[in-house]
Amino acid sequence: MADANNHKQQPDNDGQDHLIGPGHDIRSIDDSIGGIVLEQRHPASWLFAFAVGSALFMVFLTSTAYLILKGVGIWGINIPVAWGWAIINFVWWVGIGHAGTLISAILLLFHQDWRTSINRFAEAMTLFAVACASLFPLLHLGRPWLFYFIMPYPNTMGMWPQFRSPLAWDVFAVNTYATVSALFWYVGLVPDLATMRDRAKNRITQVACGIASLGWRGSARHWFRYEMAYLLLAGLATPLVVSVHSIVSYDFAVSLIPGWHTTVFPPYFVAGAVFSGFAMVMTLMIPIRKLYGLEDFITMRHINNMAKITLATGLIVAYGYSMEFFVGWYSGHEEEQFMLMNRVTGYYWYVFAALILCNVLTTQLLWFRSIRQNLVALFIISIIINIGMWLERYLIVITSLHADFLPSSWGTYHGTIWDWTLYIGTIGFFVVLLLVFIRFLPMISMFEMKHLHHKLQHKAKH
Amino acid sequence: MEAVDNTPETYGVLAEYETPEALLDAAEKAYAAGYRKIDAYSPYPIEGLAEVMGVKKTILPALVLGAGLTGAIGGYLMQYVPSVILYPLNVGARPLNSWPAFIPISFEVAILLAASTAVIGMIALNGLPRPYHPLFNAESFERATQDRFFLCIEADDTQFDSAAVQTFLESTTPISITEVEA
Repeated sequence: MADANNHKQQPDNDGQDHLIGPGHDIRSIDDSIGGIVLEQRHPASWLFAFAVGSALFMVFLTSTAYLILKGVGIWGINIPVAWGWAIINFVWWVGIGHAGTLISAILLLFHQDWRTSINRFAEAMTLFAVACASLFPLLHLGRPWLFYFIMPYPNTMGMWPQFRSPLAWDVFAVNTYATVSALFWYVGLVPDLATMRDRAKNRITQVACGIASLGWRGSARHWFRYEMAYLLLAGLATPLVVSVHSIVSYDFAVSLIPGWHTTVFPPYFVAGAVFSGFAMVMTLMIPIRKLYGLEDFITMRHINNMAKITLATGLIVAYGYSMEFFVGWYSGHEEEQFMLMNRVTGYYWYVFAALILCNVLTTQLLWFRSIRQNLVALFIISIIINIGMWLERYLIVITSLHADFLPSSWGTYHGTIWDWTLYIGTIGFFVVLLLVFIRFLPMISMFEMKHLHHKLQHKAKH
Repeated sequence: MEAVDNTPETYGVLAEYETPEALLDAAEKAYAAGYRKIDAYSPYPIEGLAEVMGVKKTILPALVLGAGLTGAIGGYLMQYVPSVILYPLNVGARPLNSWPAFIPISFEVAILLAASTAVIGMIALNGLPRPYHPLFNAESFERATQDRFFLCIEADDTQFDSAAVQTFLESTTPISITEVEA
């Protein structure tokens, strides 16, 4: 208690403890956030980033075209490692998306007001990450145009999907997740689009925002239902986000492969998803807040809180790793024990070493306040975590498959140039989508910031 | 030939306020004065504003619950019917109605329907999309989505009388009062 009071009385050195920088009123919030889009105040680096993103997107198109021409044989997949980079990248991207839903739904239910300035951006990140993720299983089908075979519909073949398979669950989970994330994001945008409509000077923007805002006019009766709908969505998205990555983990856990067949997977996957997602939010936010001068809205307090959540989820992930080893030892299961030893000392030992370095050791730096306040250090750490989480999925997929029960069918696996190009290509796709979003839509929720501003003023008065 | 009546009908009288507190106060007084066809407009939601105008609850949560239950049952049946009736696969004599395996998809379908209903229901109950609204004729009203707070007493209120309403609204100390054409 005394500690909390003490903290509040600290002089506000460079606004570190503020949720909104000093000197803002509700007009200046609109000007600062909406103005970026309406007056097209974009730094020159936007164009540079867009050029790089587009170039990588071209790489994606090339890689996909060649894949469809030749088939999945151009990838490094083989028997026994039939799941390679495609599934690694799928899990990596879906996981990144989870931070967006956590910020928009779970933190809303917990009344964490600081979520307000990052939720719009993080939700957009979710949508685009899920878009990238869904490409991988789709392309892995080999004949992606027949993807609808997995949906239950009466067909002339008289066939139905195998609903007992986690792969079928995955389709429903990811599609529901993408739809609900899009709905959540759009509902949050409606009042802001109305603000943009009313502030816009040129006709095209007025008409476009007018249509997209559905004619929103801020009626109290509408707000009443709106807030109810938003709360319901948050309440529905919270179990949804937990279910999605749990189901993704069932893709592994329901099988019998040593290293996959384990009950720790669902919680450990969900924590890992949030861990990588927050790392990605920081990777994106740190440069963007600087380039767009949004330090008043995404303050050091936000950065600090995000770093703390990253640390907490990172510790859960580290606990997950240690439990894998404990259960391997405790189970007395010979293949499980071999697999774990093989991970640490076998052919892929360097992946394990890099994983521990990235995800477990580097994360411990976040215990220090000085690191959490150092943007350059945080940016580098967040990138290391992104790499670490990719390596984690590499480890899970490859080391478990390459040497399982039958030594006669062991093999090795490496990604080919086409695995690289497709992966890097989706990063380009992601960057392009994100940059287009920043260019045409307010990246921070204006109405929620105004609401927060009002609440903070109200609090200050009492 | 009959003379065309050019005098526009009135949609209502619109008062503009500087702060949310002033709007909340005015809305409360208007309701107390017996006006029922009133609505307030603000750039962000204001706690208790709809409530002082007599809005007590919305049917939305009930709709969402209904949609969620429909989704859960429908999702289950979507799996049950093909797996048990249309395409029964005997795998090691395991039961055809393997309900634990059907839970994830039932759950996802329930969430999908409930969330879609929350959004579509909210939009529909709000009477949106409605790109044109008489209030958009009031010049100051474009600030309703930015930084001003408005109260409108509508002409179809049984008590409505333009002059009396204007006098009443004057007493709530607004910044401006406008009569809005229908």
